[in-house]
Amino acid sequence: MPTPITLSARNLHHHYGQREIICDVSLELRRGQVLGLLGHNGAGKSTTLQALAGALTLHSGQIEIGGFNLQQHPQEAKSRIGFLPETPPLYREMRVDDYLIFVAKLHRMQPENIANALTQTKQKCGLQEYGKHIIGTLSKGYQQRVGIAQAIIHQPLVIILDEPTVGLDPTQIKEIRTLIRELGNVYSVILSTHLLSEVENICDRVEILHHGKLIYSDSSTAMQQHDVQLGFIVSLLAPPDISVLQSLDSVTLVEQLSPTQFKILHTADAHFSATLLALAAKNGWQAQQLTPLKARLEDVFTQLTQEP
Amino acid sequence: MILTIAHKEIRSLLAAPSTWLILAALQFIFALLFLSRLDAYLQIQTELSKLANPPSATLVIAAPLFDSLALILLMLIPIFTMRLIAEERRNQTLVLLKSAPISSAQIVLGKFLGLFIFIALIILACSIMAMTLALGTPVDYGLLLLNSLGLLLLAASYTALGLFFSALTTQPAVAAISSIATFFGLWLLEKLTSDGNAALSIISPTRHFQSFNNGLFNSTDCIFFILFCITFILLTIQHLKNE
Repeated sequence: MPTPITLSARNLHHHYGQREIICDVSLELRRGQVLGLLGHNGAGKSTTLQALAGALTLHSGQIEIGGFNLQQHPQEAKSRIGFLPETPPLYREMRVDDYLIFVAKLHRMQPENIANALTQTKQKCGLQEYGKHIIGTLSKGYQQRVGIAQAIIHQPLVIILDEPTVGLDPTQIKEIRTLIRELGNVYSVILSTHLLSEVENICDRVEILHHGKLIYSDSSTAMQQHDVQLGFIVSLLAPPDISVLQSLDSVTLVEQLSPTQFKILHTADAHFSATLLALAAKNGWQAQQLTPLKARLEDVFTQLTQEP
Repeated sequence: MILTIAHKEIRSLLAAPSTWLILAALQFIFALLFLSRLDAYLQIQTELSKLANPPSATLVIAAPLFDSLALILLMLIPIFTMRLIAEERRNQTLVLLKSAPISSAQIVLGKFLGLFIFIALIILACSIMAMTLALGTPVDYGLLLLNSLGLLLLAASYTALGLFFSALTTQPAVAAISSIATFFGLWLLEKLTSDGNAALSIISPTRHFQSFNNGLFNSTDCIFFILFCITFILLTIQHLKNE
């Protein structure tokens, strides 16, 4: 049975003057999913996310969060959202604890639940030691954590993160990604990014936004299979003549990349690699490495967003 | 929810060292004005006592003190209102409030209330200083009360208008300058038209404060202040909602 739908957006439109920012965008998100919104700069990612979070009024379109329409029941819908904008909305002069308590109150949490939620959230975001620190004195990485903490303290159904790892160092990026993945198992997460590795690492689904339109939507593993050619790169320390390889059954193309490396494309045949390895062992070609060709997300992305 | 925002506003005001510096400077200015009025009163006291119906010490000392405070508020309130919305917009924290389950009206009213309570404390401090007259002479408490009430209404009007300017822009300095310019223009309207041509000065808040200053409770003036506040609060809410 599929998990319940937590967020659905239909036919979102927004324009500044004559310029269309987003055009007919529809999205759906289920509990326990992490959705990556990919796109170039200026593709409309931030606008879409702001609209989903209720921070921006769209020209047309319907958004439902947990069954509540954002326009008709804004308070019910908004209390089910946690939003981290591109720049974390932090009051620099406040202490971390005071800030998070303020956010919890803004989201109408019951006063008796706040202390508990505060401890849990700080633990999740690795902020236990920093409760008494003034936000302005924290490093960028920790400010980002406070930003994520404010988005999850009220245990929302849907967490919306706009470029959550931008400007962080590699260790921090890794930690934040782990955190997002954990959150994604419990809640629904939408995140926007232009880092493709982020999508590969943490997202279950990918939507590509290009000039305000959704042009691709699938699971991220399916995206890696998109338009992929069957084949692999093989290293043979004592290779035979290239014509020997070309003459093998179901081989369509052999390309010599270096004296010992060959790129071999073949027709659909599940056992082709095994056949090749057996041949190599028999003839003493000294096979060393066999890497299946996998379309990198980057290639797929470039291909999809190419101007016609 | 309004109280949560008001509480946060007061806390962040009190967390800034500049606020305390301004408060201290204000208290010093009040004391100077108060003492100079007191000194002047003591010098003419014997002359005054010869009059058939001498004005009370409260009217001679406290009323001008409150009148000066009205002028100080004109310059002081924009310094505080400028931050309210413009700074949130500049620091991109406004999005936190807009994506939270609260309405624009709650945001605006919370901010208005937070700053109004803070300004009320300044007015209270000034009133307490005026009350120290009771140590030496009978005090006209009715006059003091009316002056404080008038100042509170005046402060509320200035806060509402300042808040509106703060909602219009991203730059706090722009909000402050436009507020001060407007307040000053309204004050000039009263000063320039004091020779009987009252048609224009009717929109000047300081003119409506005069009756309170003289110890007269005029319901027209009271209603003017309330309408003034409501108008600009509604405009601010509408602007924030349509953004």
